[in-house]
Amino acid sequence: MFHIVVCGGIVPDPLQTLEPVKGPAGWGLKNELMLPSILDPWASHALYEAAHLAKAVPGSKVWLVSLGPKAKLQQVMMTVAQKAPFELVVADGPAGGFVDSFEVAEALFAAISGIAGLDASKLLLFGGWQSASRGSGSTLQILGEKLGITDQFQGVDKLTVGADGSLEVMERIEGGAYQISTCTGAPAALGWATGELPEPPNNPQVGMANMRLVMPALQKAKPAAVNAAAIDYQSVTLPAQKRETRVVKDTPVDVIAQEIIDWLAS
Amino acid sequence: METLRTLPGDDVRQIMWRYADRFDLQMAVQSARGVARGVVARMVADGVRHSHEWTEQKDSLLKAFDEAGITAVFLDPHQGGFIEGPKNMALSLVAFELSWVDAGAATCSLANNLALSPIHERGTTEQRDHYMTLCAPSPDRAPWRGAFALTEPIPYVGVDTGVLTGKVRIDSWEEGQEPILHVEKRGRFITGMDFANYATAAVDTADPRIKSSCIIILEETDPGLFDRGAPTLKMVHQLSSTRDPVFNLKVPASRIIGGYTVKDGCIVPNYSHSEVIAAVFHRTRVPVALMTTAKLLSAIEPVIRYQRTRFRGGDACGEGSPKYDLGLQQKQDAVIRLADVWAAGEAGASLGFATARLFDQLDPTEKAKDAALAKAGVVGVRGQMVALKKVQPQAIEYVNLLFVPEAERDAARFTALDADPVVKFQALEAEAGVLCPACKLWNTGHGATVMREAVALMGGYGITEDCPGFLFHKWNDTQLEATYEGPECVQRRQLGITMASEIFQAYVVNYIAEMDRVAATHLETGAGSVAAGLRLWKQTFDFLCANKDADGKKLYHSNRQAVTFPLADALCPLLASRLFILDVLELAAKGPENPMVAEGLEGYMAFFNDIARMQAARAAGEAARLCSGLVHGYATPDADVAAFGPLRQALDTSLAGLGLARERAGAALTQVMIPEALDYPM
Repeated sequence: MFHIVVCGGIVPDPLQTLEPVKGPAGWGLKNELMLPSILDPWASHALYEAAHLAKAVPGSKVWLVSLGPKAKLQQVMMTVAQKAPFELVVADGPAGGFVDSFEVAEALFAAISGIAGLDASKLLLFGGWQSASRGSGSTLQILGEKLGITDQFQGVDKLTVGADGSLEVMERIEGGAYQISTCTGAPAALGWATGELPEPPNNPQVGMANMRLVMPALQKAKPAAVNAAAIDYQSVTLPAQKRETRVVKDTPVDVIAQEIIDWLAS
Repeated sequence: METLRTLPGDDVRQIMWRYADRFDLQMAVQSARGVARGVVARMVADGVRHSHEWTEQKDSLLKAFDEAGITAVFLDPHQGGFIEGPKNMALSLVAFELSWVDAGAATCSLANNLALSPIHERGTTEQRDHYMTLCAPSPDRAPWRGAFALTEPIPYVGVDTGVLTGKVRIDSWEEGQEPILHVEKRGRFITGMDFANYATAAVDTADPRIKSSCIIILEETDPGLFDRGAPTLKMVHQLSSTRDPVFNLKVPASRIIGGYTVKDGCIVPNYSHSEVIAAVFHRTRVPVALMTTAKLLSAIEPVIRYQRTRFRGGDACGEGSPKYDLGLQQKQDAVIRLADVWAAGEAGASLGFATARLFDQLDPTEKAKDAALAKAGVVGVRGQMVALKKVQPQAIEYVNLLFVPEAERDAARFTALDADPVVKFQALEAEAGVLCPACKLWNTGHGATVMREAVALMGGYGITEDCPGFLFHKWNDTQLEATYEGPECVQRRQLGITMASEIFQAYVVNYIAEMDRVAATHLETGAGSVAAGLRLWKQTFDFLCANKDADGKKLYHSNRQAVTFPLADALCPLLASRLFILDVLELAAKGPENPMVAEGLEGYMAFFNDIARMQAARAAGEAARLCSGLVHGYATPDADVAAFGPLRQALDTSLAGLGLARERAGAALTQVMIPEALDYPM
């Protein structure tokens, strides 16, 4: 059995207008607090995989550890809590894309260290290998090191658990290829890419069961000691490429694929 | 001055519509939204609406509803649901979310609840648990689905639910056995018939041994004919199944909803079909009202995006120019008209959700009232009416105390009245009896007109299939929402009766005083105009009740629709406007407690106050026009109309500040940040 800890932050809904602005507290997004948020999509995949694994391996348990403003987390939980059974652990702090990854890892480490009954020998540390906010790709690695987990895998799309508890991990590497590794078992850290599972449908009954633990977790969330001044950004700009959206209906898949190939070839 | 920074999100809505502490409802919202903006939107974008037939693709909606918990919203936890207690608000929120994309999908979802509603409202405990459990999605079997079969081929039951051609007779009745009934019913416009496993059908007695009409449960496997009939060739709500079925079946008498008693060798249904229908439609009309409202509010974002991007990509303007950035929003009229659409949507939502919450309060009170009266030995509808009439003075006293601030009222007396379910029911029912038809009438009828404005704001784009937000479909669909579950005339007719009750008149007096109090501290909300409008309305009502026409005939009479209908039309927007103002005040009070709302609260308040004032002015103006037509239109030369002029004058004066409010609201729409793209396909 595994104790699976999924680390997942919240990010603004990607459909929103995301405009970097510098305020008194440093960089952020225009109207960031008011924008609707979602669970980071990479972390979401990690959560779905964790729930799937916990269901397959009896006795396993899933914790979702999240650093973010608790009022915003509460809103996000109204959807996320319907997707899979888990116990929430909250570190009340900033969730923006401008927080230093080391500081985030420190806060998550403190939160995970406080989980009662967590058995480090059974620990699988899950998270996204990237983030939809400003993915440095380093938070999970630092956190793993702090937890003493040296078997680390990034860009994971598949995890297979052997009968002896060993782990076979399929990681994305260059050129669209995969690397398959095995390790003897937990503890291990896995930074998930998209995984293999579809987004589960909302299930309010699962949500209501989760909320019995989610609300107390939000209420007793401790402020996370995240030093916003730990990193200083000289300038922030949106990616240079322009979003050019065309609305095209009824285009066959082959034509769409050919367009992408032509674009890559050019 | 701070202005609207982003479109209001869930945090704002949860406060305004009072479900910030209801996580079950918040989850139902997210669930329904996921289905609406996923499966449903994809279907509409793919042109699935272009068929009368119930296709495999449409059928997949049902699975999506089941998986997302939407099917189970109506059910109690022990029946497979997840929401404890009354479900009116939950169903309203679900209908609102689905209709944000497609109201036909909402109807498809609600139709199953409508079929269950007669069983839920008046069924026996056994009937309730049996059918509601069967309708709960379960991993090991497909849930049952139902159809509510009331309407019949013209010229039979439709708008007049009293004339039934569907019949029930006793087929056989063996000594000591359950009687077997023969049911014949032809339906028209019956929703859910493509996949219904059962129907709840309204039938009249055609047998002297059955004492009244009833609603009876018919199952698809009952012996006889369960013919689903031809698809109805409707041009709206194409994501719901509608057919004209034919039933000719033999069923046990235990299927009579609410059960029956045997008296002198006759079957006496415990509830006639009209008693059941009254209980059902009393509640189910509220989600329908909110369907149109959702569409008005859903139109805001796509219209803003269209207005801003109207000239981009052509030679007419370069990047960075005002024409490029603002597009049509450079022109004042475009944004003020859009603010008008938004204001109507907000007022409709406030009216609809307040009514849903009221029914959530009313449902347990009604059960407690029934229990209390039964304990007191009061039986039958007539007996209840007499008992309720007796407590009318206490009900009026209760209403008056409801409006007195908690710190000032006689707490002991209020507690005593509040604890009396008969008194409390009588009071709540008097308001619900007005708010329910009011929201069904105004949200859908006026909403249809305003939805046309929204389509018009899209220019030629608005009447194409490519129009973002499916606005043309939404406009068409409003016509059905204004029609089914009782068309506008039915709602006006009901209002003509319920708004004349003494208890409701006590509410009106208190509404006026309440809006006066609000105006004294929050004039910017337009509360002064609502107070003036209601005062004029009350004066008109009193005048019409006290006077006769030149021929000596009573002016206010339920059959005199030339009088009662316009007066009903005048009341509805005032009620909506009042509730919108109260929701804005709630946001002002509770917004600071939520850090996300607090961040932009000043801007929200500025904008909501402005559109509340716009809506208040529109409501008061409409009331003035209609009331003047009634008073001066009917007054005899010797009638005393002196009180009317000053009230009309006061109403006009209350509009002070409206002009700048409209301009500010329009300007706010040029500044508000919207998402980069709509969150559902087109």
